[in-house]
Amino acid sequence: MSEHIVSPKVYIGIFLSLMVLTAATVAAAYVNLGAFNIVIALAIASLKATLVVLYFMHARYSPNRTHMVIIAAVFWLAIMLALTLSDYVTRDRDLAENAQVTGMLGS
Amino acid sequence: MHRTGELYGQFETLEQQKESAALGMWVFLSTEVLFFGGLFMTYTLNRHYYPVAFGVGSNTLDLKLGGLNTVILILSSLTMAMSVWASHVGKRKQTAGFLVATLLLGTAFLGVKVIEYKQKFDHHLVPGYHFQIDYRVQHPAPKDDPKEIEAEKEELNKAFAKDPDLNAHAQLYFSLYFGMTGLHALHMIVGAGMLVWLIRQSMLGRFTPTYNTPVEMIGLYWHFVDIVWIYLFPLLYLIDRHR
Repeated sequence: MSEHIVSPKVYIGIFLSLMVLTAATVAAAYVNLGAFNIVIALAIASLKATLVVLYFMHARYSPNRTHMVIIAAVFWLAIMLALTLSDYVTRDRDLAENAQVTGMLGS
Repeated sequence: MHRTGELYGQFETLEQQKESAALGMWVFLSTEVLFFGGLFMTYTLNRHYYPVAFGVGSNTLDLKLGGLNTVILILSSLTMAMSVWASHVGKRKQTAGFLVATLLLGTAFLGVKVIEYKQKFDHHLVPGYHFQIDYRVQHPAPKDDPKEIEAEKEELNKAFAKDPDLNAHAQLYFSLYFGMTGLHALHMIVGAGMLVWLIRQSMLGRFTPTYNTPVEMIGLYWHFVDIVWIYLFPLLYLIDRHR
């Protein structure tokens, strides 16, 4: 792949999209969607991060070696989150029961 | 002697040389993902266990200042990207100009952060011996809107009813707030230092269409720091705005 120069028009378009998504995430936070508030907040943040990685950081125009490193970073983060949470979430029941017995946790 | 982008012996082509630099930078950034990842993990667990305290803590943050900082930081990413473009097409003055704009916006971000931290010190919301989640409603300042204080008092009463240990659990939120935004601010300060060096180099005319690797690499770092904030903003400021 020869060197790819991204034009300023693309950068400005990405910037405007990021602004719109920022406004959307603030607006969505004021609507009560229960458990879905956090899902929407993270989905919008991930969409913004993807735009930054693909265009501002030129990942779209980078060789596959670079893609592999980016995917590995996300994958390692996912391992940490998934394995740690799988431990805590499966213990949650015991913790809640103990809390009721000893009154340690608030609610 | 300074680099001009000549081919080093271990590479076959200039393209390969540039791609190797970018690959190394991405490997470094992947370690940074996990560096911040530990804090995000801690945040997730504590928010899961103490949702009431995290909601109350989040609502004490100034959404206007947080939103302003989000705009400032994304704008600084744009100027950084523009500087990379200018160096690629050989516009030396614009390269330096966009770098100066990036540095100014980064400094503005840190300035807003100082204002926010100052508020938290004033309201006794810094974890430690003097931490008191209801300090502001107990000691309202003359300029505070009485209606706002009344609403906050009501919110705190409800929160204390749900979580009697609210004061302790809110400290967890603020420990994470200062830890995460502090580590992010530290990255901004390091980035600002690198920008100062880049601006000097670009004014000396060191960057040309054939050699602009430092602009690109520091650009990658700057955009990464922007991405961290893109996640921090909703996770810290927007937990419980809907009521």
